[in-house]
Amino acid sequence: MNWVVTNWSQVSEYGLAHIWLSIPPIVLGFLISVPIGWVANRYRLSRGVVLTIAGILYAIPSLPLFTLLPSLIGTRILDPINVEIALTLYAVALMVRTTADALAAVSDDVKLSASAIGFGLWRRFFGVELPLAGPVLLAGLRVVSVSTVSLVTVGSVIGINSLGFFFLDGYQRAFPTEVWVGIIGTVLIALAFDVLLVLLGRWLMPWTRRQGGATRNLAVVQSETAVLR
Amino acid sequence: MNSYSDAFAWLVDPVHWAGPSGIPQRLLEHLGYTGLTLVIAIVIALPVGLYIGHTGRGREIVVPFTGALRALPTLGLVILLALGLGIGILPPLIALVILALPPIIAGAYSGLESVDREVVDAARSVGFTGSGVLWQVEVPLALPLIVGGIRSACLQVIATWTVAAFLPLGGLGRFLYDALPNQDYAQLLAGSILVIVLALLADGLFAIVQRLVTPRGVTAGRTADIRTKTQSPPRKDPSWLAPEKA
Repeated sequence: MNWVVTNWSQVSEYGLAHIWLSIPPIVLGFLISVPIGWVANRYRLSRGVVLTIAGILYAIPSLPLFTLLPSLIGTRILDPINVEIALTLYAVALMVRTTADALAAVSDDVKLSASAIGFGLWRRFFGVELPLAGPVLLAGLRVVSVSTVSLVTVGSVIGINSLGFFFLDGYQRAFPTEVWVGIIGTVLIALAFDVLLVLLGRWLMPWTRRQGGATRNLAVVQSETAVLR
Repeated sequence: MNSYSDAFAWLVDPVHWAGPSGIPQRLLEHLGYTGLTLVIAIVIALPVGLYIGHTGRGREIVVPFTGALRALPTLGLVILLALGLGIGILPPLIALVILALPPIIAGAYSGLESVDREVVDAARSVGFTGSGVLWQVEVPLALPLIVGGIRSACLQVIATWTVAAFLPLGGLGRFLYDALPNQDYAQLLAGSILVIVLALLADGLFAIVQRLVTPRGVTAGRTADIRTKTQSPPRKDPSWLAPEKA
């Protein structure tokens, strides 16, 4: 504890850097994967192609991707943009499948009803399909969030500092306390993000509040297990 | 781009294909570490997953524990164990086995749970015993998902051994860590390409195995069509089931 107090400025600096590095991939990953997920769900062929590409993308290990990106897109290796792009790619790879499954789970009867009372395609998507897919999307986004916060630490290996800095520094100085600070800090940030997402979900989707664990949407459960398939 | 021709020149240079720090040796080390980790993890995790899936018991203990693992940063766990247990292969091996357990357990028990209850009941009614139901009905039908869990674990292990080469170890990660301080971009790029190719090959291999072990007429290994809701929903929230990224 003493170490944290005396080094608080450094801990908070890297903690904040960690938070700032984590936000763009989560937000961008969500925004990018909604239209791609829609296309994937729309046609049988595109579903197979898009989900296969997403699976391959997700299979690429993070550290090699961090080091490969600079020569692919012409950035310098110490540019945080490399880590941001790599993490966004993983977020999209994970979210596209969730989005496709979430949209597929919206009942055809509901969609037809919406069209029947005069909803156009856009209004039907944003007013009916997206809200109904919301709980599944939230479940996927929570997985993306935890995963992203944890992965940001690997960026420290190539010099993009976050709480992961304390792992490397702690190892070099043979000082486990510092490593613990990095681990606990990372878990706390992941937890805080998760709580925020759940609260955001309750605020945006008030109809899910009364729903207990027992009445959980089948599609939520299936989308969470889908990555194993 | 120039760096790519440099990387390929590096890859085909015979100097890098010989000796204890050559590509074949590093590749063998990486495969050896990965294989060892997977075997130990499977020996521990598979019985646990099968027990949970078959009996429905023990989920309350195992699920939250493995769920918490997801938030743990891999690199931190590896380094913490290395500091606690000293140098050598044992500390990262323990850390990686721990990280490989959740997807295998999840694949096994969610695989068994995906088996239609009516099929299990039918097997019982024609006289199958408990172990008969498990080995002749549940496991064969769940194999695609069981293999899927091992596939996730394998990818995670390949990736994490790359990062773990931060410690004085062999494996393909060495090329990255040796190149970083010297700003040897050709080697950095070549090492990255080697790891990525290895990961994609392993993933492809498991994809084929998953197809092969899928019994005819079973869709458990393919993309589920959620529009046809035939399964009974699993009992609890398995949000941690998506494999951890490393």
